[in-house]
Amino acid sequence: MNIIDKEPLFSTKNVKLLTTPLNDENPITVQVLGICSALAVTVKLEPAVVLAVAVVAVMGSANVIISLLRKTIPQRIRIIVQLVVIASLVILVDQVLKAFLYDVSRQLSVFVGLIITNCIIMGRLEAFALGNRVWPSFLDGVGNAAGYGWILIVVAFFRELLGSGTVWDYPVMERLGLYTIGYENNGFMILPPMALITVGIIIWVQRSRNRKLIESK
Amino acid sequence: MEGLVNIFVRSVFIDNMVFAYFLGMCSYLAVSRTVSTANGLGIAVIFVLGITVPVNYLIENYFLSAGALSWLGAGFANVDLSFLSFIMFIAVIASMVQLVEMTVEKFAPALYSSLGIFLPLIAVNCAILGGSLFMQEREYANIAEAASFGLGSGVGFYLAIVGIAAIREKIRYSNVPGPLRGLGITFIVTGLMGIAFMSFMGIKL
Repeated sequence: MNIIDKEPLFSTKNVKLLTTPLNDENPITVQVLGICSALAVTVKLEPAVVLAVAVVAVMGSANVIISLLRKTIPQRIRIIVQLVVIASLVILVDQVLKAFLYDVSRQLSVFVGLIITNCIIMGRLEAFALGNRVWPSFLDGVGNAAGYGWILIVVAFFRELLGSGTVWDYPVMERLGLYTIGYENNGFMILPPMALITVGIIIWVQRSRNRKLIESK
Repeated sequence: MEGLVNIFVRSVFIDNMVFAYFLGMCSYLAVSRTVSTANGLGIAVIFVLGITVPVNYLIENYFLSAGALSWLGAGFANVDLSFLSFIMFIAVIASMVQLVEMTVEKFAPALYSSLGIFLPLIAVNCAILGGSLFMQEREYANIAEAASFGLGSGVGFYLAIVGIAAIREKIRYSNVPGPLRGLGITFIVTGLMGIAFMSFMGIKL
């Protein structure tokens, strides 16, 4: 095995690994993975960004670790090995959040732990890291986590803006003076079902711009 | 007894896993094309949640939480292993799923063949781990409460997945705009179902 990668670090192929998950192969809107933990944390921007960063960290490092171990993991027990690797990384993230960002960690509550069963991570480990070198696996992990993260952040942006009239706790609507002319926050946006409808609308917009993603009947 | 029924009904309707917390969404969306498969997955989830939540309750209260090890002797009274809970819970779930699979295969082959591949799949279903994590967070008083919470969450998931599967079977006959077809409309319908389920909010038994 040739350990030193001959091709440049950011060759077209590698950059593609990083960018396709952002749109054409987006984990949430196209592959339908990892929706479980995605939607409940999108009431406000801050926890959504923190969760997105946590997922990027976990996924990048899990892909690297599994890719390093890929020749030594026996086929039959690979699922449990993957779960142990992910769970240990998530414990690290959880402890870091509790130590440095305690308030956000309270808001995220069980959803930090649920990164473990986030299907994108398992899915990418199975589909990519088990069969590829370390550097491409890392890029693939980061790319997919970023594709997941930006949907999360977009949903959270709209829900916070329309639901509470703020962006990252900055009172945008109040500064614009909209309340004085009779604008009211749409309290409905804060409720859980609106997250689903917001994602539905994002999918609608994305697929009408990118028509090859449209499902046949 | 009244408390148990209350917890059960709350977790079926008000704190529904799918509509209130979006747990188990991956399998909810992937396996809801027809009612019969949705039925199989739903039963498997009820089964596994009903078992893993009480088991994890015992582990949490006799091994992991602060001071839980005091039954081993006074020296262990200050041990706090709660940081290990993620890895313990997922290990229990993975092995429980395996065990349940073997038991069902041995004693109820008919059920086993109808559940098919769903049993191993639900080891990574977020609703299962979510059940254990919520159980930990809400600090139920005894194992019966934890068990009725687990069963109730399973039944809630079952109702949700069978409902959406029935709607998706019907939606095939309607003229949905191209970009919304499939995934998009499923999300929006789930949102509407969630709004309907919210009308249970505030019910006190």
